[in-house]
This record gives sequence, structure tokens and C-alpha cells, in this order.
Amino acid sequence: MSVATEAPRVIARKRRTGADRAKSVAWHVALLAVLVVVLYPAFWVLTASVRETSDILTTISPIPTSITWENFASAFDGLAGIPLWRFFWNSFVIAALSVVGILASCSITAYALGRLEFPGRKAMFAVVIATLLLPGQVMLIPQYLIFAEMDVVNTIFPLVIGKFLGLDAFFVFMYVQFLRGIPRELDQAATIDGAGHFRIFFSIMLPLLRPAIVTSSIFTFIWSWNDFMGPLIYLHEIEKFPLPRLLQSYNNTEAVSNYGGMMAMTLLSLVPVVLFFLVFQKFLIKGIATSGVKG
Amino acid sequence: MSASPSTTARPAAKGAGAPTAGGGRGSAKRRTPISRRGERLVGYTFMTPWIIGSLVFTVGPMLWSLYLSFTDYHLILGGDFIGLDNYRAMFDDPMFGRAVKVTLLYVLLAVPLKLIASLAVAMLLTQSRRGIGFYRAAFYMPSLIAMSVGIAIVWKALFAAGGPQDQFMSWFGWEGGGFIGNPSVSILMLVLLSVWTFGAPMVIFMAGLLQVPAELHEAAEVDGAGKWHRFVHITIPMLSPVIFFNVLMETVHAFQLFGPAFIIGGTAGGPAWSTLFYTVRIYALAFVDLRMGYASAWAWMLVLAVGVVTLIMFRAAKNLVYYAGEDNK
Repeated sequence: MSVATEAPRVIARKRRTGADRAKSVAWHVALLAVLVVVLYPAFWVLTASVRETSDILTTISPIPTSITWENFASAFDGLAGIPLWRFFWNSFVIAALSVVGILASCSITAYALGRLEFPGRKAMFAVVIATLLLPGQVMLIPQYLIFAEMDVVNTIFPLVIGKFLGLDAFFVFMYVQFLRGIPRELDQAATIDGAGHFRIFFSIMLPLLRPAIVTSSIFTFIWSWNDFMGPLIYLHEIEKFPLPRLLQSYNNTEAVSNYGGMMAMTLLSLVPVVLFFLVFQKFLIKGIATSGVKG
Repeated sequence: MSASPSTTARPAAKGAGAPTAGGGRGSAKRRTPISRRGERLVGYTFMTPWIIGSLVFTVGPMLWSLYLSFTDYHLILGGDFIGLDNYRAMFDDPMFGRAVKVTLLYVLLAVPLKLIASLAVAMLLTQSRRGIGFYRAAFYMPSLIAMSVGIAIVWKALFAAGGPQDQFMSWFGWEGGGFIGNPSVSILMLVLLSVWTFGAPMVIFMAGLLQVPAELHEAAEVDGAGKWHRFVHITIPMLSPVIFFNVLMETVHAFQLFGPAFIIGGTAGGPAWSTLFYTVRIYALAFVDLRMGYASAWAWMLVLAVGVVTLIMFRAAKNLVYYAGEDNK
């Protein structure tokens, strides 16, 4: 775009404004078109949740003709006599434990893999990378048999234990990448001052890892909030269901007669994730850009 | 907001226990700075949870499932070693062909469409104009919710008979009804769900595009290269490591699609097996039919397939991916 002419700058700029404005309009029109397509499903569910059940499946317009709050009332009633808040609480407990687990385990695992030198380190890091690409389905059946043997099926233990053991390769990898960006001089200076590795880890690395910690916490919360396969395999009692399992059951039973309730419930289940995103979007986008590109 | 207090509280709480251990070790270290043995000890200590976890929940289960794949193990009936019979049975199993077809079709449609969309929008968003932050955030948002059960249910409604997609397409003379009841197009629901999440690779593309030196484009422009030429000869080569990363990750993930497929098609992959994804079939074999030996053989075929595809991609990348300057992996 830089036009290198001898003409005075003022003239060059004036001549460009007309064409520039046209280009700018085209740019916004193109992106707004994408925006409409991207946001349509979100708006659709937003308005479907306040429509009469008979009205939901037959309208393309995202603007409702009549508004009813009954759908939300029936959504709050939950399923099988268990109120909706209970399922929210179940989801929250699993997500919160997952966040704590990832924090505790991935930081120490990544510090050892990214900063320390010991025999077997390279092989262990290779295992981490390999599990990034390995389809998890291959471990599903033996894992189930192990948890069944431990008598912890139908508890949340199988859903969170992996997080406490640093088995989430994606986050270990992300922390390692982040640690590589922290200058080694810091550790060396601390070592000369007599600090041990524990001291360096807790007093220097952890505070500097804050951006990675925030990013991983948000992602962990959202992914665990959305996780369906884990609860599908391990949780069988409705009182223990997190939201995805509730939605699935509701969809199979109640939704036939109460589609509006289904839509309101769906919308409510998405609210925490969207709120989280709106608050933390800068962290998230930065996190995915840096941990992604360096792969 | 609720996350940041807990993130700072966590290390502090752990730090309270650490100084005693750190202090004790520190005094030993003062005699030999950066002692190798101390480093080893700390390394293994820090790795202990991961080592135990990997042995019990990753490496162990992998070997076990490999063994199971050579048995006819049934969760209730038990089973015996049957050699390669499971693998032979797969090729006579009509469900295997269906699941492979559906999954491959999905990978071949969803990955290129999603990545083309994400690169195109990323290029629009790396021009310096106002509103980029807003667009980027809005486009990224679907990536966070698309794999949830809630969105799968919304998708079912959007593509139902008489629903928005049906009505919209009938304006243009479409008579195929809602995608969800039409086996010849039902897979498109999942392809479109995947394309809807173009925001995640887009963010990665944007970061990559911003690292392409502007001088290259300027120099080429001076030499009279048009936009298309610059795209093909500058943007694509400079971006190739990022493209490779995105293709690899999206492909590996596409092979493993489960949640939305399960909600939309059920364990039978309806209608008429047209959404019978490979992982959905593994789930049905293992946890509905309880044929865990046979399901393990299916799972290992998936590992083999993903492994071969990954290897081919890394091979191809050697010739196709351009790393500026030194070889940075």
C-alpha cells in the first residue's frame, strides 16, 4: 500500500482517502457478513428460549413474535425432580477441581521438563508430545476397567484424577513453551544467591508463569464444563450429572413435549462459558496464539 | 474474575509448605552450586505425579488395550486370547466400512473448508483497521462452545425439517428437507459445525501472518508482483510452518470427533448410518455392547490410521514447509 512517489505527502494522502474509504467499507461489509453467519446460531437459541414451543422449530427469523418466560421456569425445574441449580453445581465442582489439578500438576511437571536436566527427561518430553497426537480412545477401555477395579465408577474421581497427575499433555506443553521464554539468567542469579530448585520454582517461576496459569485455568474450566464423553462413561446416577449429561437426558425425554424448556436450559448451560470468554478473551486469544504457533 | 484470586492463592498455599524443603536442600547446594545430583532429585520429585499417572493411566492402558485387541473380552462374559481374529472380523463387519467412510468424508471436507475459511478471515483481520479486536473475539467465541452438548442440540434444531436451514434453502428451490433427516447430506451438519469453529485456527494464522516481514511484500510490490503472486510466493511459504501446524492438529482432532456426532446421530449414527463416526462406533461396541476386546481392536486401528496420516504429513512437511533462517522446529 505504501506509494513511493515524489508528490508531497498531503496530496498523496488526500488522493488516497476516497479509494481508502471504499476499501474500508468493503472490508467491513465482508466481515459483517461473516459475523451474521457466525452469530446466527447464538441469536437463534437466545430467541428460541423465549418462544412458545410450537413456534420454535418452524421459524427462521431470529426475532420472536411472542415472548414467554415459561420456558425458563420449566428449565429451572430441572429433570426428574432435581432442580437445575444442582446440575450447575455438579458441573462447577468438576470444573473447579480440574482447574486446581492442572495448576498444581502441570506447573511442576513443566518446570522439571523445561528447566531441569536429568536422565530420561528427553524421553519423558517425547511421551508428552506423543500423547498430544495420540487418540485418547485407545486408552478408554482399560482406564474404565482400572477405575471399575478401584470401585470409583459413578464418582467424579475418574474425571479429575488425570488433571492432578499432569496427564493433560496440552497444558504441560503450553507451560514448557512459556518457561522457555523466561530468561535463564534469572535462575542462574538465584542459584548464585543460594536458592535451591524448590525456591526458584516457587518464588521466581510461579509468579512469572502467571499468564500461562490464567490461560490454562480458563481453558480447563471451559473444556471441563463442556466435557461429555467422560461423564457419559463414568456417571450413571442422575443426581451426579453435570450439565452436558442433563441436556442429553432432557433431550431424550422431556424435549419431545417441552422444546422451549430444552432451549432455555441449553442457553443457560452456555452462559457461564460465554461470560468467562467475555471477561478473559484477551488472555485466551493470546494463549492460543503463542502456544499454538510455537508448536 | 473469580479465577485470578484462586490462581494466586494456590501457589501461595503451596509455597507455605515448600520453604522448609527448599531451605534444607539449599544448604546442601551451597557447597556445590547447581549440583547435578540435586537437580536430578528435584527433577524426579517434580516428575513423580506424572510418572505414576503415565504408567497407570496412559502407558499401562495402551499396552493393556493392545492385549485386549487380541482377545474376545466381554465386560461380563470375560474372554480369551483369539490372536488376530478381531482384526480379521473388522474387515467383514459392514459397520467398519460405514464408520471409516463417514469419518474420512468428514475429515476431507471439514479440515480444508475450516482452514480455508480461517486463513481468508485471518488475512482480512491482519490489515490495520478499526474493529479488529471485536471481530476476532466474535469469531473466536464459537470455538469455545461448539463441542458442547448444548450447541449440538441447537444444531439439531437448526437443521430439522421445517427449521431455519430447510426454510432458507427452500427459497432457492431445495427440496431435500432438513439435513438431519436426509442421509445423503446429514454429514454436512457436522462439517458446518466444524467450519463454524474457524476462529481457533484463525487466531493462530493471525499470529503467523503478523510475523511475515512487511519488507518482503514491499520489495515484491516494487518489482511489480500482484496480490495473487505475493500471496502464493510470499505469504504461503512464510506461513507454511503455521499452516502445517494447523493442518496437523485439525486433522488429528477431526478423526476423533465424538460429542456432537453422538448427540446428533446417536450410537447408531442415524439416519441410515450417515453420521456413524468411528469413535461413536467404538463407544457403542465397548460401552453398549460391552465387547471390549473387539472395541480395542477398533481403537488400535484408529491409532494406526492417525499415526500413518501424521507420519505422511511430517514427511510432506520436510519438502513443503519453509523455515526462515535457522531450522527451528
